[in-house]
Amino acid sequence: MLAFLIKRTANAALVMLAVAFLAFLIFRFFGDPVEMMVNEQATQEQRDELRERLGLNDGFLTQYFRFVANAAQGDFGISYRNQQDVMTLIGERFPATLELVIVATILSLAVGVPLGVLTAIHRRSRLADALQIGSIVGVSLPSFVTGILLILAFSVTLGWLPAFGRGETVDIGWWSTGFLTESGRAALILPSIALSLFQITLVMRLVRAEMLETMRTDFVKFARARGVPAARIHWRHALRNCLMPVITLTGMQIGNLIAFALVTETVFQWPGMGLLFIQAVTFVDIPVMAAYLMLVSFIFVVLNTLVDVAYAFVDPRLRDDAVPAGGK
Amino acid sequence: MKIGRMLAAASAAALLAATGASADNILKWGANRDIGSLDPYSYGDSFTINVLNHVYEGLVRYDRDLKIEPALATSWEIQPDGITWRFTLREGVKFHDGADFTAEDVVASLERVSHETSPLKGNLPAYVSSKVVDDRTVDVTLNGPYPLLLNDLTNIHIFDKGWLVANNAELPTDIGAGVEGFATYNANGTGPFSVVSRKPDAETVFAVNPAWWDEPEHNLDGFVLLPVNSPATRVAALLSGEISFTDNAPVQDLARLEAAPNVNVLEGVDLRTVMFGFPFRETLVNGQPNPFIKPEVRQALWKAIDLDAIHARVMRGKSRIAGAVVAPSIPGYAAELDELPGFDPEAAKAALAAAGVPEGLEFELNCLNDGLVNEEQVCQAVASMWSRIGLSPKLDIAPRAVQTPKRTGGTTDVYTLGWATLPMLDAYSPLLQIFHTKEGNAGVFNWGGWSFPELDALVQKAGQELDTEKRLAMETEALKIVKDQAIMIPIHQQPMAWAATDAVTEMPLFPDNKPRLWFARM
Repeated sequence: MLAFLIKRTANAALVMLAVAFLAFLIFRFFGDPVEMMVNEQATQEQRDELRERLGLNDGFLTQYFRFVANAAQGDFGISYRNQQDVMTLIGERFPATLELVIVATILSLAVGVPLGVLTAIHRRSRLADALQIGSIVGVSLPSFVTGILLILAFSVTLGWLPAFGRGETVDIGWWSTGFLTESGRAALILPSIALSLFQITLVMRLVRAEMLETMRTDFVKFARARGVPAARIHWRHALRNCLMPVITLTGMQIGNLIAFALVTETVFQWPGMGLLFIQAVTFVDIPVMAAYLMLVSFIFVVLNTLVDVAYAFVDPRLRDDAVPAGGK
Repeated sequence: MKIGRMLAAASAAALLAATGASADNILKWGANRDIGSLDPYSYGDSFTINVLNHVYEGLVRYDRDLKIEPALATSWEIQPDGITWRFTLREGVKFHDGADFTAEDVVASLERVSHETSPLKGNLPAYVSSKVVDDRTVDVTLNGPYPLLLNDLTNIHIFDKGWLVANNAELPTDIGAGVEGFATYNANGTGPFSVVSRKPDAETVFAVNPAWWDEPEHNLDGFVLLPVNSPATRVAALLSGEISFTDNAPVQDLARLEAAPNVNVLEGVDLRTVMFGFPFRETLVNGQPNPFIKPEVRQALWKAIDLDAIHARVMRGKSRIAGAVVAPSIPGYAAELDELPGFDPEAAKAALAAAGVPEGLEFELNCLNDGLVNEEQVCQAVASMWSRIGLSPKLDIAPRAVQTPKRTGGTTDVYTLGWATLPMLDAYSPLLQIFHTKEGNAGVFNWGGWSFPELDALVQKAGQELDTEKRLAMETEALKIVKDQAIMIPIHQQPMAWAATDAVTEMPLFPDNKPRLWFARM
């Protein structure tokens, strides 16, 4: 297991170095941060001087190695736009994004799994057909469209929920949470629905497909023959055998949700990392963009590893295999 | 620091809770972006300076009619040497933390904004030094006679020296050095509002300053700046009453906002003049000889633009067609400069042929997609109008950050530019920064690389002429050269739209597109 973890860590480091390399390769196509930073009246000299001071005249390899060297010491620099330490800036936004993603994930499982089972066991019913068609809509609607539709329905027309923002938050140490206040919880509802909609349909379709497969297997037939109640067969035995791909998918999708929450965050002005990144792109805030990409790639690597470990816990056969395989 | 922030957050909550309970007048300002920092000198961003002007004030300020009036200084006079200005400061002014406003504060602030590393250094171009005469008097020395110092000073915010020193913030933040600044997170000004708390990208809470030196015309108890980047969400938030005001109502949603029973739309014409500029280099980017050097070619291109069509179709009748490069309310403007060349594609085509411009001449047309109002559509319209007279403009549309290096580096041909003469509000601003030959702090936006010595001489003379009438005559004369030579082609002054809910009873619309909430009532 230890060797497995070491290998994984080395992989992660390599992946992140590669991501940073690609990031710095493309940053120069984002434009010139200096033009966004100085006032209209600054002279060309002042602009050149600032560019020099920020080290933007160096080749991209120099900039890349400087970034890696600093990042290795935990220093990601100062945001060009906010003039704040980049790690502090991202640290402030991280809780907002993570809370949104957690709620969206729970929502996608809580709704997607039962719907998937239902559509599988009643697959000829009208309800199942309706859900299947509805899920196509869910997959194909872009999340900014669903976001705006939700806002129009629940904020403008009905006036039940806030259209934007995170509501009031409570600080617990460095973590700011919206779970503890009424306005914070209300503010979470629409963005998490918008973010999870795609996810719900994905989980539902996956569970349905897996269930249909499992229902044809021998052990289900034997269980039926033995007279095990149908509900127990479906919800316990069959479902459990379907969960492996669902766990994989959910784990991998948490990374995607964090990365793609930026659309939802922009629509709902959710003060998370995605919003920060979008603004960094607009203002060519290279330190923020670089740190954000590092963090997201780190999250992806960690999640991949966690999914592998989780496999071992769910499926005992893998557990027996995993240790020698990792120890080779 | 941590405790300070927590206290601030607690008092913000208290303020908001109080507003929920009683019917206090808290204006919720939904902007299309957040301010960059609480330090007005940290980033060359006029929106940040505009918002922080509610907290910090200058020695002078603009009144309701955008005329300069005394603020922290009550009077001023130019000393016999012609380059030193003596300011008498207002008595009884206090900063939000209770400190007295003195001459020391003025000197410290001017030094801070004109420091090497300050991105706003260019906002005070003539400044050399300043010195304390006594508690209520400051001498500011310039690099020569300069008539527009007051215009510049409207945007130079005054900090408290004691506060800067105590918090080690006397110098502006230097990103190159990688140090954070105290003033980025905290604010202490003399203005009508003070900062209660700030959560970047979420909300910044301001409370009324009960000890403000001026008689307030507003009746607000405070305001909250709520950035809402997405235009559709901003409109929804206004319709649902979650914001009570926005200074950026999307053009495509104006009809919908007007139809809503609880929303009022405030429309006007911005001071910003949209124009096209030409390259004056030997060759175009593609290596072809550059025909735009000839004034008759530039004039032909002007004649080929159907300004009425752009006004009616692209701008939906909300722009003001312009013949001059400055708006009518800008000092230096003259009505005869605003005459239009008249749309005449046939004549334009003939003029191009006479000037020897080859049929189908290719050149780059550089536009932004995050710049002016409907800029992409304006460029597409103009490109098709120029195609009709036998040219082949190649549209190059991208964000500002990508396009600006091409423009400053001379790797593009024809380009757009919008100029509002801010913060100076005088024709001297475009004359010096766009039309003057590129040298020193002049001609920074002279991306085409032209040089008209006669114009330069006039601009330089105007820049030292202390008699307003004489100065404006010179500026008008210089603008006439711009017009006759068609150095740049003006298109229109672009529309601007604010919107507010019924709760807001008074919100004066300013043509420089800057909300001034100290005039707002609800």
